[in-house]
Amino acid sequence: MFQNYQPVNTFDELIANPGVSRFENVTNRLNQLSFEELKLRQQATEQRMEDLGITFAVYGHKSGTEKIWPFDIIPRVIARQEWTKIEAGLRQRIFALNLFIQDIYNDQKIIKDGIIAEEMIQTAATFRKQCIGHTPPKGVWTHITGTDLIRHSDGEMYVLEDNLRCPSGVSYVLENREVMKRILPEFFEGESIAPVNDYPEQLLNTLLATAPDNVVSPVAVVMTPGIYNSAYFEHSFLAQEMGIELVQGSDLFVNNGFVYMKTTRGPKKVDVIYRRIDDTFLDPDEFNEDSMIGVPGIMAVHRQGNVTLANAPGTGIADDKAIYAFVPQIIKYYLNEDAIINNVPTFICSDPVQRQHVLENMHNLVIKPTNEAGGYGIVLGPHASAQELEDCKQLILADPRNYIAQPMLALSTVPTICGDVLEPRHVDLRPFILLGGNQAENIYVLPGGLTRVALKKGSIIVNSSQGGGSKDTAVIG
Amino acid sequence: MLSRVADAIFWMNRYIERAENVARFLDVNQNLSLGFHGGYQTQWEPLIRTTGDLEKFTELYDEEYSQHNVVRFLTFDENNPNSIVSCLKLARENARRVRDNLSVAMWEAINKCYLRVKEFSRKSSTIDNVQELLDLVKEQSQLIVGACETTLSHSDAWNISRLGRFIERADKTSRIVDVKYYILLPRITDVGGNLDVVQWAALLNSASGLQMYRRKYGRIDPDRVVEFLLLDREFPRSMHFCLIHAEIALRSMTGSQPTAYSNRAEQLLGQIKSRLNYASVRDIINGGLHEFVDSFQLQLNELGEEIHAAFYGEKTAKQSQTQQQSSFSY
Repeated sequence: MFQNYQPVNTFDELIANPGVSRFENVTNRLNQLSFEELKLRQQATEQRMEDLGITFAVYGHKSGTEKIWPFDIIPRVIARQEWTKIEAGLRQRIFALNLFIQDIYNDQKIIKDGIIAEEMIQTAATFRKQCIGHTPPKGVWTHITGTDLIRHSDGEMYVLEDNLRCPSGVSYVLENREVMKRILPEFFEGESIAPVNDYPEQLLNTLLATAPDNVVSPVAVVMTPGIYNSAYFEHSFLAQEMGIELVQGSDLFVNNGFVYMKTTRGPKKVDVIYRRIDDTFLDPDEFNEDSMIGVPGIMAVHRQGNVTLANAPGTGIADDKAIYAFVPQIIKYYLNEDAIINNVPTFICSDPVQRQHVLENMHNLVIKPTNEAGGYGIVLGPHASAQELEDCKQLILADPRNYIAQPMLALSTVPTICGDVLEPRHVDLRPFILLGGNQAENIYVLPGGLTRVALKKGSIIVNSSQGGGSKDTAVIG
Repeated sequence: MLSRVADAIFWMNRYIERAENVARFLDVNQNLSLGFHGGYQTQWEPLIRTTGDLEKFTELYDEEYSQHNVVRFLTFDENNPNSIVSCLKLARENARRVRDNLSVAMWEAINKCYLRVKEFSRKSSTIDNVQELLDLVKEQSQLIVGACETTLSHSDAWNISRLGRFIERADKTSRIVDVKYYILLPRITDVGGNLDVVQWAALLNSASGLQMYRRKYGRIDPDRVVEFLLLDREFPRSMHFCLIHAEIALRSMTGSQPTAYSNRAEQLLGQIKSRLNYASVRDIINGGLHEFVDSFQLQLNELGEEIHAAFYGEKTAKQSQTQQQSSFSY
């Protein structure tokens, strides 16, 4: 099956060169299946996913709001040895970023010491004045992080984004593995593959461990914007797996300094809210007053320390793509260590010298708004028309603080079933990291993570909203 | 349990039960229409009366109660909020909203049920050969109930599931009795007159009760049939049975003592049940079966509103003949 597979001109995760596998045991086992058989298995996964209702919603999509997220059964494999290094890098990064956020909203030492300009913080759209002076329970801001990694053609991993707000996708990691075990058991035979199914337990531990002080048996809930949110499946999946309630804003209310949910037996106090709604929708009293999905007064309760919001409001400051450029310095500043995982070189357009470089080299760069997620607003210089580049230039000049640029990094590929052949398709990797306290040992990293795959030939856009799919990610060894 | 969740689970179960009942009605009528040339004219209109959607039907199909129209209306017509497809769609929507409260087996059963029936609706020939669909719906509904019984903890979610299911079933059985009885015995003086055994058996069959009736009473007797469907304490589709078990479910949730009540819903349910506890079938028929059933249905609708109020803290607006979920809350 892999004999005729031709990697393109970049790093392939499975096949180093035509006929040369990086994981011979894996390719040998899969080679025992005919391609026809593999395709049948692929079809069986789609049926299975539909039966289980493993779906996501696409905004503005006409043919119904629910879609099955495409899943390709050829797995993405990571060697244990490499994973150990990635994991160490993620631990280091999250620990430093949590310290950074705490510092920014309190002492601001990193500004006083001249590492980051105050203006950079003040002008960030995700800086929350409401959080100044606040320390969340156990000092944890970033309970759940979903860092985006890519592998460049040099074979090195790079952090693309930190995703410290409401990263989604972990439910697919768990479901993909379940479906794989059922559909392609051959892949697992005789192999030591790091399990992923303790994630719900770890997540529950993280939530309960960061409950407000002095709460004896904390009650945790998952909060969703509702059934039409693109990640609704995940919200209900996680609540179900953890055995806690899935609430909407309308189920909650604030009374006398505490948050309660409306139950059939009257109000019940809620101590920890794993909220899957954006900061600005949380509390119509303090942010977006039109928010129908928030809870009036919840921010005040949060500041009093009577409810834990995971992640804490305000973490988005470290998601700002201009701040991202400083993460290596942030790690150095707080931990006195060099960053283990690379940052992508980043040009900050608010800096006149760097901006000039960007404007002169747009056709070679990827230009990104500093405060968007989900791949929105990105301009790929080498693929853009002259008009698109000109439009982009005007946007940068109008609001330089809102843009950064990075070199086009190649994304590695994994063999993927495309019609009647296996072809290379580009992938990224989103590991999930939990922080359940202010010590390094309170960190848990889910082995592997979510591999998203761009199903369109040559495409590097892996977002599910834009034609991406996913693969099982196996840490082997 | 969250109030919103209680409401969604209640309605999820009502819609599943409703779909199954529609399938049962259709099944029996379909069966009656086969093999009787000339002697029996199968009537399709009463089926629409049974579901309580006469108004909706005439709006969509005028008064053409052809087999084709009635079957379409009750199975795949998404313009009919109580068609099988509509019910299952609503059931699944509710299930999606609360799937964290359901067992995986239960969610999967509901999801599959909807997807399989939806698949059927894409085949154009299904209307003319509806039997397979009806079997599927009945079978899937029983799978869902089975998953509910065996994989869901017998606590709040289970209790409110049963509450929804029994109230819906009591309502549907009462409608079967009302409509069929009305047709079979147009005048009160006909009671005890010539029996149409086939039709009476069909009436029992519509409630899946012929076999159990036979074991209990043997020969078909109109009084006994009415007694069986209204007052039997053991047959799971009789109105009385449904209310007995609805009350147990409701009290399990509120924890109130027998003969006492902690909210209006319990009080009302106790009243309706008491009426059946001590009723005799002769008194009911003499007093007017239709009137009895009619007031029963009105009380059930009020009960539905009171249950909503008990768990949600507010009452719903007055509804049409067939009760619907007031609205999804977002």
